[in-house]
Amino acid sequence: MTDTTQNSAPDTRLEVLKGFWRHFKTNRGAVFGLYFFIVLVFIAVFAPLIAPHGATVQYRDALLVPPVWMDGGSWNHILGTDAVGRDLLSRLIYGSRFSLFIGVVVVSVALVVGICLGLVAGTFRGWIDTVIMRIMDIILSFPSLLLALVLVAILGPSLINAMIAIAIVQQPYYVRLTRAAVISEMSREYVMAARVSGVRTLRLMFVTVLPNCMAPLIVQAALSFSTAILDAAALGFLGMGAQPPTPEWGTMLAEAREFILRAPWVVTFPGVAILTTVLAINLIGDGLRDALDPKLKRS
Amino acid sequence: MAEDIILEARDLVREYRSKEGMFGKVNVTRALKGISFKLERGKTLAVVGESGCGKSTLARILTLIDPATDGDLLIEGKKIDIAKQKITPDLRSKVQIVFQNPYGSLNPRQRIGDVLTEPLMLNTDLPAQERRDKAMEMLVKVGLGPEHFNRYPHMFSGGQRQRVAIARALMLNPKLLILDEPVSALDLSVQAQILNLLADLQEEFNLTYLFISHDLSVVRYIADKVMVMYFGEVVEYGTRDEVFDNPQHEYTKTLFNATPRADIAHIKERLARTG
Repeated sequence: MTDTTQNSAPDTRLEVLKGFWRHFKTNRGAVFGLYFFIVLVFIAVFAPLIAPHGATVQYRDALLVPPVWMDGGSWNHILGTDAVGRDLLSRLIYGSRFSLFIGVVVVSVALVVGICLGLVAGTFRGWIDTVIMRIMDIILSFPSLLLALVLVAILGPSLINAMIAIAIVQQPYYVRLTRAAVISEMSREYVMAARVSGVRTLRLMFVTVLPNCMAPLIVQAALSFSTAILDAAALGFLGMGAQPPTPEWGTMLAEAREFILRAPWVVTFPGVAILTTVLAINLIGDGLRDALDPKLKRS
Repeated sequence: MAEDIILEARDLVREYRSKEGMFGKVNVTRALKGISFKLERGKTLAVVGESGCGKSTLARILTLIDPATDGDLLIEGKKIDIAKQKITPDLRSKVQIVFQNPYGSLNPRQRIGDVLTEPLMLNTDLPAQERRDKAMEMLVKVGLGPEHFNRYPHMFSGGQRQRVAIARALMLNPKLLILDEPVSALDLSVQAQILNLLADLQEEFNLTYLFISHDLSVVRYIADKVMVMYFGEVVEYGTRDEVFDNPQHEYTKTLFNATPRADIAHIKERLARTG
């Protein structure tokens, strides 16, 4: 036999991962984002050990204390305190838990529901496809935050309801991506080959086709993770998300609104926390897209 | 009956309906206009024709992917109509197919081992170890090795992939193999290897081939009988020698003349014909 296999090609899942990491590494912003995200996860997991104070403990003798580098600041409250004397740093540290929790829950719910609907629409086509896609079009035709606001107004303001609302607002994107990928995969010959060897529709959808559609979905998941955090913060700011005294970053912003001139640090730090987290996750998303999308892959 | 017929088609018709807009009139495209033929066990029938003449539609009907609009399909004397009856694992294992494009016919996320064992897992109740052994055995039979079991399709060349596709088709011990232009995506030396492999396998498993092709030199090499299709109709049907030596239909003659030949007499004749 003249044709031989190249032995340099990846053989195991580990080596596939290694190849992925090699592509991912070329994007320095993405690597930086990943490190930041890992630190953030670490902080969130070990919040009670790291935070110098409790998240809701009020120090009545230290209201609106400025951060340590400003006049009147103290090492006791490194980033200062808010209007009722709660330590800002501790609240931010505990707040990272909520932000990550929101991101994970919203993305998982939107991803699972979106993939199922997209698979059904892309596999069966016909009227079921039309019905699903028109509903998604209707959801997409509303400004997303406004729709989330209306949903929360109907469900009642709380963090869980805000997450449900954001997940509903986000899942049309997953449905569209999945459907498009499934339709293009369904016309490939390996799908027909699978049918001939007796693969039933359900197995065809989830085992044969879905793994080949995952790359754009992973990228979308990473990017909408940050959107979810941002939307939740916006809902919190409008008083429709997490309710005080929950140390959610958006809610903290809302509480600090009236002190924006007198004690700017109370508004600044939650804002900076949201900004850096969203930025880091977006950078990771960009890096994932570069590494997973074969069209953009530099070899 | 002396001859052993494994597959018989009687007046197979396939229509595709498409609507123009929501209320537009229905357009009916007849891809197959009444195809009839008989396939003898252990023999090779070559189906020849230009693109769009209904060859692949025929393949889809014979492999029980699409139902025929009209006409009868008989496999080993039994009438099959997938619009009315469910396809049993037993039926599945009678007809299998090898596709034209070896780059598209293997799932890029599936290891070769899983490609080969999946048909067994779905259609038989063999234990995992036995399925694995059978797959290994088949890999060796198609000229690959057991070391290829855990590799992914992207690590193989076109010829090797086509070997995998043939192995997959043979896993269920089919009686009839539909070969939908199995070598036209491969380069010449690999084509010869695959054709030889197919010939060896036919002998070993007493397989019947329905070989779809537009390459007449390949057809002349492998076929026992030849069927020429033209716009969904059979215009010529006979043994290889009959068809090649004495083509009856005008289209068949044109087809044979379209095959590049270098001798001067032929070129002069062609020039005279086209004016």
